[in-house]
Amino acid sequence: MHELAVTESILEITLRYAKQAQARRVVTLNLVIGELASIVDDSVQFYWDIISKDTPAEGARLNFRRVPFELLCLECTERFTPRGESFACPRCGSERIQVAAGEEFYLDSIEVE
Amino acid sequence: MVQRIAIVEQILNANDLLAQENRRRLDEQGVVAINMMASPGAGKTSLILRTIEALAGQLRLAVVEGDTAPVTIDADKISAQGVLAVQINTGGDCHLDAVMFQAALPQFDLKQLDLLIVENVGNLICPASFQLGTHCNVLIASVPEGDDKPYKYPNIYRGVDALIINKIDLLPYVPFDMDYFRRGVEALNPGLAVFPLSCRTGEGLEAWTAWLAAQARRQRA
Repeated sequence: MHELAVTESILEITLRYAKQAQARRVVTLNLVIGELASIVDDSVQFYWDIISKDTPAEGARLNFRRVPFELLCLECTERFTPRGESFACPRCGSERIQVAAGEEFYLDSIEVE
Repeated sequence: MVQRIAIVEQILNANDLLAQENRRRLDEQGVVAINMMASPGAGKTSLILRTIEALAGQLRLAVVEGDTAPVTIDADKISAQGVLAVQINTGGDCHLDAVMFQAALPQFDLKQLDLLIVENVGNLICPASFQLGTHCNVLIASVPEGDDKPYKYPNIYRGVDALIINKIDLLPYVPFDMDYFRRGVEALNPGLAVFPLSCRTGEGLEAWTAWLAAQARRQRA
C-alpha cells in the first residue's frame, strides 16, 4: 500500500550512490526484503518503471532477495519459520523463542556502468 | 564494464532521519509524544478520550489525529473535551510518516505542552514501518479482534513500547484465550508493558494512565 513512498526512497538512494561513482547508468539493484516488511515486489516494480524514467536508473533490473520470517528456539537452537497459529518450536515444543530473521529492509548493492 | 557498489542502506533511512529530527525538536521543548497504533475500531479515539479525562488535570495535552479521509469525527470528539486536536489527512495513505508529523508540529505551541498524543491511521501493517519520532509506540489490540493477532501481524508487535488490550469487558462473550494471546506477544516482544483495560467500564485504565504520566514526567525531569 505504501510502495510508492518506498520506491521513491529506493530511487533516491540509488541515484545518490550512482552519482558518487560517476556511473553512466544503473543496471541492477539488489534489494533485501524480509517477510515481515509487508512490501509487494510487483508493486515496487510497477512504480519503479514509472518513476525511474529519464533518470540514469531507467530500465534497471530489480532483484528482490526475500528473507523468510524465522524464529530461533532458545531451548534447542532450532531455526524455523512459524506456519500456523503458534510460535512453538516444531522440534521441542518450547515457546521460548526469539525473532531471528525477516525484518530486513535495505538496498544491499547496485551494479552500474 | 559493470561495477558493483556495496550500499547496505535502510530503505526507510530518509524517514528515520527525519523522525530523529522530530524527536530532537520535541526533546528541546520537553514534550513527550506517543504514537498510538491499532486496527480500525480497536478503540484508539476512545482510549485517547479516556486518557485526556484522566490526565488533563496533571498534564498539558494535545492530539494529532491521523485520518485517511477529510472526516473530522475523531478530531471533533477531542476538541469537545477542550483539547487542541490537529488533523492530518493522509489523502488515502495507509499510515502517518515522519514528514506528515513534522508538518503538524508547528501548529502546536510545544513549550506549553507536556504530552502530545498521535492517533495513527487504523491499520496493523503499514504504520509499523514508519517511525515518527515519538518517544513511545503504543499498540491497542482489542478482544473482539481475536487472540491470534500477534501470530498473524507479528511486525507491529515487534516495535512497540506498550500494548493495550482494550474491551476486556467483552471477554465473557467472545472466544479470546488471553494466555495464548499473551504468549505470542511475549515471544515477539519480551517484557513488553501490557495493559488490559476497558474504555467502556474504566477497568484497568488507571495502570495505563499512571504508566503514561510516568513517561511524561521522566522527560521533564
